[in-house]
Amino acid sequence: MAFYGFEPSSRLFLGTAQYPSPAVLGRAIRASGVEVVTVSLRRESGAARAGQGFWELIRSLGVRVLPNTAGCHSVREAVTTAEMAREVFETDWIKLEVIGEDDTLQPDVFGLVEAARILTDSGFKVFPYTTEDLVVAERLLQAGCEVLMPWGAPIGSGRGLNNVFALRALRAHFPGVPLVVDAGIGLPSHAAAAMELGYDAVLLNTAVARAGDPAKMAAAFAQAVAAGRAAREADPMEPRDMAEPSTPVIGRAMLGDA
Amino acid sequence: MTVRIELNGEPVATEAATLADLLEEKGYNGAVVATALNGAFLPKGLRAATPLSEGDAVEVVAPMQGG
Repeated sequence: MAFYGFEPSSRLFLGTAQYPSPAVLGRAIRASGVEVVTVSLRRESGAARAGQGFWELIRSLGVRVLPNTAGCHSVREAVTTAEMAREVFETDWIKLEVIGEDDTLQPDVFGLVEAARILTDSGFKVFPYTTEDLVVAERLLQAGCEVLMPWGAPIGSGRGLNNVFALRALRAHFPGVPLVVDAGIGLPSHAAAAMELGYDAVLLNTAVARAGDPAKMAAAFAQAVAAGRAAREADPMEPRDMAEPSTPVIGRAMLGDA
Repeated sequence: MTVRIELNGEPVATEAATLADLLEEKGYNGAVVATALNGAFLPKGLRAATPLSEGDAVEVVAPMQGG
């Protein structure tokens, strides 16, 4: 499965925020073998020039960047941020976030669709951060998105997959569309579960950055994503309601009263 | 001529005639940054040809950690 023509060898995408230090961030990225990391834009001071060192670090890691529009609450802000990101990061990839509600950081799906249309029309390859809503997903595809990134749970919550039923329905409804679970993942088991559902990749940040040992956790996530993907490819069994003996019954010695 | 503008939300007075001059004056030379003028993206190539006017709002952003 390719994301706008790019086929990463790792299906784990990692955020770059909240690490204890740039060195720890670098170790986490290397330990996990990720090829895609998310980045952002913030006001730069001409005196401190804090962003310049960060950008040098990311470039030294040889990864592909997926810039986001985090914090944008309006279509205009998101579009302007995307345009600035395209120039600075020299990529037409954009993780499009239009936030509608501050407690849940839930996407404003109406603004999201509108911004996605504007951006795809001007040549962007949009990765929309959306909900698991099927109709919104359809509208995003109509707006020109070729990847969808539904949330697992609210950003930074670490709750895992809140709505497995809807995520499964989304996968079944759009079998050919690259789907990424973005946000809410707390544990490698959550990431494995997303991959077992047939999702093509998992994007997370806080679960690694806030772990006691981010590099070790990043490696654990990489293993979980690979395991979940392999399980999906291996075609898992269907669950059953009743027990069925796994040991053959035929030929069993008759030793009791039965 | 001095104009009063806002740079990243802070009021500043500047002698700079253009956006490119402003970046030079405020210590951004050589930095990887993107700019917006009054809420609209202003591409790098247009900075030298963009005059500053009284009350303009300039945003200068750079790469930052993100999720």
